[in-house]
Amino acid sequence: MSAEKTENLSWIDKRFPLTETWRAHLSEYYAPKNLNFWSFFGSLAILTLVIQIVTGIWLAMNYKPDATLAFASVEYIMRDVDWGWLIRYMHSTGASMFFIVIYLHMFRALLWGSYRKPRELLWIIGVIIYLAMMATAFFGYLLPWGQMSYWGAQVIVNLFAAVPVIGDDLSVWVRGDYVISDVTLNRFFAFHFLIPFVLAGLVFLHIVALHHVGSNNPDGIEIKDGPKGNRWSDKAPADGIPFHPYYTVKDFMGVVVFLALFSLVMFYAPTMGGIFLEAPNFQPANPMLTPPHIAPVWYFTPYYAMLRAVPPMWGSQFPGVVVMFGAILIFFVLPWLDRSPVKSIRYKGPIFKVALAIFAVSFVVLAWLGMQPASALSTLLAQIFTVLYFAFFLLMPIYSSLDKTKPVPERVTS
Amino acid sequence: MRKLIIASLLLFAPAMLPAAEGPPLQKAHIDLHDQASLQRGAKYFVNYCMGCHSLQYMRYNRLAADLGIDEISLRENLLFGDAKPGDLMENAMRPEDKLKWFGVVVPDLTLVTRWRSPDWVYTYLKSFYLDPTRPFGVNNVLFPLVGMPHALGDLQGQQEPEFVKDAAGKPMVEGVKLIKQGLLSPKEYDAMVRDITAFLTYAGEPIQLERQRLGFYVLLFLAFLFVIAYYMKKEFWKDVH
Repeated sequence: MSAEKTENLSWIDKRFPLTETWRAHLSEYYAPKNLNFWSFFGSLAILTLVIQIVTGIWLAMNYKPDATLAFASVEYIMRDVDWGWLIRYMHSTGASMFFIVIYLHMFRALLWGSYRKPRELLWIIGVIIYLAMMATAFFGYLLPWGQMSYWGAQVIVNLFAAVPVIGDDLSVWVRGDYVISDVTLNRFFAFHFLIPFVLAGLVFLHIVALHHVGSNNPDGIEIKDGPKGNRWSDKAPADGIPFHPYYTVKDFMGVVVFLALFSLVMFYAPTMGGIFLEAPNFQPANPMLTPPHIAPVWYFTPYYAMLRAVPPMWGSQFPGVVVMFGAILIFFVLPWLDRSPVKSIRYKGPIFKVALAIFAVSFVVLAWLGMQPASALSTLLAQIFTVLYFAFFLLMPIYSSLDKTKPVPERVTS
Repeated sequence: MRKLIIASLLLFAPAMLPAAEGPPLQKAHIDLHDQASLQRGAKYFVNYCMGCHSLQYMRYNRLAADLGIDEISLRENLLFGDAKPGDLMENAMRPEDKLKWFGVVVPDLTLVTRWRSPDWVYTYLKSFYLDPTRPFGVNNVLFPLVGMPHALGDLQGQQEPEFVKDAAGKPMVEGVKLIKQGLLSPKEYDAMVRDITAFLTYAGEPIQLERQRLGFYVLLFLAFLFVIAYYMKKEFWKDVH
């Protein structure tokens, strides 16, 4: 580094902790050296958020949040705006890729026990991020103003109407009208534009919390509690390596592979066979014509399947709504449900492994069921898998303390 | 045992859930690289369909540029009335008139192959049959009680329905049989319908071929970048044990 640069840098450093921040979060942030495939998804989630925000802003430059113009403005972007088709497909593909990345990121936390002490708040911030993401996706899905946008929003907002006593007023308050209309479109656009920046703020908090407690690893061992001293510092954990350059170069590799998969979808299957972009959404919204089969986009379908699985009770759909939101909110208490003496699945016993496998299978099967038209059989299956989904959480205090764990080594394994 | 039952249930679940309704679709076998087919399709569309159906998101000059049609041919064959090359492919009929004359909203067809499918459009155009109970004397296997006349009827000829019994023993239309050939042979008619389907598939997403072409170079670049990223990671990680 030249003397002149150092001088400039020190001018800044006296006024803003640039070098200090760089060191604390990158060049002298010590991450466990044994991170594997599963740790790619954190940086990929940030990348996807950036892609969504940037493409979203460019879309907003040409999109018209007006019920009479919205659908046509999307086709205008696809046809008449220079590179508009690419920006739009990037955004629509990015939405689904974001959820794929986040689901894998969350699954990683389940594998490594990353929600356990001292990472409870880190986990809770993560669940809030997940909620904010779902809100953003829900608001955004109305914007193309296609048939599925319209009727999907109609169904979801009607869930609020199932709330006892205040339900009807609540749903009108959310929509701003008695049905989904131009008013709803305008406010959904405003929220869809706003929440991603809240999301960015939450991601900042998520990283602050992460760097405060330190990264977990496949062994679930706290490297901070282990021996000190590595090549870079006497005080740093012996099993830690600087995030930069080690994990920046490693994550870059992950980014390239991810972008290749992203591009495969974007250039060769942007609708992903009607899963990422649903076929009925190529028809403009028509309030007078209900599509024969309404299903939300794939990333909401596990919860949609649960909603449909619960029969109406006392003449109300409210129990189904409670189950559906409960399925998401239950993630908040996960840190206190796991009683296992070990964190990582590597040292947990067979019961937890089977439970996690059943949970993962239930989630995927529910996602699939949520896409299918309801039938007696699909409802029965959805009921079975909803019970299994909740059993994973609710029985965890019991099975995690009964489980036979393996001894955890002192140091991380490579 | 219970696990086995659940597993087998899952295995057969797709077959037990209700399948998509309606008769089977015929494969359109369109080729978007066949520019002559797309050009013919555009001509047929403008001549036979556009009287009622618009392509309101498609511009004439975009179509001409993509399908290799020069401006003179465009003006002679595709532009009617006072339409200009930069115009959207709308038509002069007013929506309220259409509603009055056909009893239904006449759909815009720009995206029809995206929300139906190319095979659906192809099969639909081949599935009109004589039905004296309908206002225009025809009905459609794929679209029962369709409000539209058989615009290509003179070319195809007349078809008769073939009935089968459904589960409840009620007769339902399953297929059609040509009883009187029109101006085109069945083979020529299929080719024409294929051209129209190809054109509408192009119109549904004009950028389709370009994005596939571009995607190849993007993936090539990423493959190259991966090699660099891989060796860079390997080099940096040499000293981590």
